[in-house]
Amino acid sequence: MSALLEIDNVTKRFGGLCAISNCHVRVESGHTHGIIGPNGAGKTTLFNLITGIYKPTEGDIRFRSESIAGLRPGRIALKGIGRTFQNIRLLNNQSVLDNVRIAYDSQLHYSPVEAMLRLPRLGRDEKQSIGESLELLKPFGLADHAHGLASELPYGSQRKLEIARALALKPDLLLLDEPAAGMNTGETADLTEFLRWVKEHFKVTLVLIEHHMHLVMNLCDRITVLDFGQPIADGTPEEIRANPRVIAAYLGGTGDED
Amino acid sequence: MSAFLSQLARNRWILPALVVIGFAIAILAHYQPIFSGYTQIILITIGINIILCVSLNLVNGYMGEFSVGHAGFMSLGAYTSAVFTTKWLPDIPMLFPVAVIFGGVMAAIIGFLLALLSFKTRGDYLAIITLAFLMIVKSSWENISYVGGPAGLLGVDKYTTLPWTFFWVVVTMFVIRNLVYSKFGRAIIAIREDEIAANAMGVRVREAKILAFVVSSFFGGVAGALYSHLNFINPKYFDIMKSTEILVMVYLGGISSLGGSILGAVVFTFLFYQLENLGLGYWRMVILSSLLILLMLFRPRGIMGMKELAWFLPKLELKERRQS
Repeated sequence: MSALLEIDNVTKRFGGLCAISNCHVRVESGHTHGIIGPNGAGKTTLFNLITGIYKPTEGDIRFRSESIAGLRPGRIALKGIGRTFQNIRLLNNQSVLDNVRIAYDSQLHYSPVEAMLRLPRLGRDEKQSIGESLELLKPFGLADHAHGLASELPYGSQRKLEIARALALKPDLLLLDEPAAGMNTGETADLTEFLRWVKEHFKVTLVLIEHHMHLVMNLCDRITVLDFGQPIADGTPEEIRANPRVIAAYLGGTGDED
Repeated sequence: MSAFLSQLARNRWILPALVVIGFAIAILAHYQPIFSGYTQIILITIGINIILCVSLNLVNGYMGEFSVGHAGFMSLGAYTSAVFTTKWLPDIPMLFPVAVIFGGVMAAIIGFLLALLSFKTRGDYLAIITLAFLMIVKSSWENISYVGGPAGLLGVDKYTTLPWTFFWVVVTMFVIRNLVYSKFGRAIIAIREDEIAANAMGVRVREAKILAFVVSSFFGGVAGALYSHLNFINPKYFDIMKSTEILVMVYLGGISSLGGSILGAVVFTFLFYQLENLGLGYWRMVILSSLLILLMLFRPRGIMGMKELAWFLPKLELKERRQS
C-alpha cells in the first residue's frame, strides 16, 4: 500500500539558502507522525511546502499518490489537508463559531446567484452548517464561547479552536505545528490524550511538529528527525531515542561519545 | 430609552416598512411637487452616493483592500449607459433600466480584469494599480471623440428619477447584504483578516476576490448610470477627487458596515450641499477631509466601523447571536 503523504526528494532554496534539501518523508495512513529537530531545521518550511504556501524547488509531494506540489494552498486544503500554525492564525475579529463555519463553508454548494438572492437552499445549507459547527465546538469546550470573538479566548482555547477549524474541513491529514507550544507539563499531558481522541474520533492521520519530547514519544507511531533541512533519522520512537545522530544533533557533539 | 432603542433595532418589520414607505414617497414626489427640485436633486444624490459607498465598502471594508478606482467604474457605467440611451437604443424612457444594467455590466467586466490583477498583488501595490486604472479610464474618455472627448457627452436625457434611484438603492443593499452574509461574504472577510489562514481553511480565495470586485464595480457602474442621466458628464468629473469623495464616505460611515455606509453617504452629501449653501463651496473638501483626519485619529474604524445595524442581519445570524 502506498503512503498517504509522500515527500519525495524535495529541495527548497530561498536564494542561496537551502532550507530543505533532498528530503524524503513517508506518512502512512492512520499513523501519527512526528517531525522533530532543532530550531531552524526546516520543520515549518516542510509544512509550508506540503500546504502549498511554498513551491518546492525540486522534488515532488504526493497526497494519496497524486502530486500536489505547486498547487495553490486553497486547492490543497480542499483535497483534505488541514493545518494549524505555529503562531496562531485565527480570524481574530470574527466569532468563534464563524471561524469554524468558514472552514465548513467549502462543503456548502450554493452558487453566488443563490447567495445574492438568498434563495431557499442557502437557508437550509447555512442552518446545517451552523448546527454542525456548534456540534464540532462542543468536544473542544468552546460551545459556550461560540458567539464571542476568537481573539477573546484564552491562549489554550485558541490553539484548540485552530484544531477544530482545521477539522471542519473534514481532512484526511491534519498537520499540527507545535500544538503544545506554551503549555505546561499538565496541559501537555491533557493535549496528548486529546489528540489521541481527535485521531480516533475524526479518523485523521496526524503529522505534528513538536518540541515536547514526552508528547512526541507518547503519541507518535513514527518520527522523522530533521537537521539543517535534511532528515537525519526516521523510525519508531524507540529507534529515534537510541539513534546516536539524533542525540548528537540535539546535544551537540559527534554522536560517538556514548 | 435604550430598551426602547434595542426593541426598535430588533424589530424585523421596520426595514421592510421603511422600504415600502420610501418607495411610496418617491413615487408620490415624482408626480406631486411635495419636494422642491433642489431637494429632489439632493435626495437622488444621496441615493447615488449610498450605492457608491456600499459597493466600495465591499472591496475596501469587507475585503480590506484599498481601491481608489471607484470613480473609474462609475464613469464606465455613466458613459456606457449614456451611449446606449443617446445612440444605440431607441429613445424610449422604459429602456432606461436596460441602459443602467448595461452600464453596470460594462463596469463589472473591467472589474473582473482588476480582480485578476488582485491575485498577484495586495495592499499598497494594488492601490497603485487601481489609481493607474482610474487614470487610464479617465484619459480614455478624453481621447474618444465618439463620447465627446474632453468636452463630455451632450444630449443625455434626464431619465434618473427619485423612484428609480430608490429602486437601485434597494437592489444594491439587498444584493450586497445577502452576499456579505453568505459563505462568499465570510470568504471575503477571511481574506481581509488573514489570507494565509483563509487558504488553509479551504476558502476559494480567487472566487471570493472576483465576486467582490465584480459586484462592487457593477454597482459602481449603476451609480454612474444614474448620475449620467441626471447631470452633464465630462471626463474631469470622474477623477481622483471623485474617488476620494467616495472613500471619505466609506471611512466616515465605517468599514464593514452597511448601516455605516448609508450613514456615511447621508452625512457626507448633506454636509457637501450645506457647506455650499453657507458659501463655503470651494472649501468643502478641505473641511470634509479634515473631518476624516479627526475621525481616523479618534475613531479609526468610522462611525459604525465593523458594527452592523440589527435590521440588516439575516434572521439566521440574529438567532445565533441572541442565544448567547
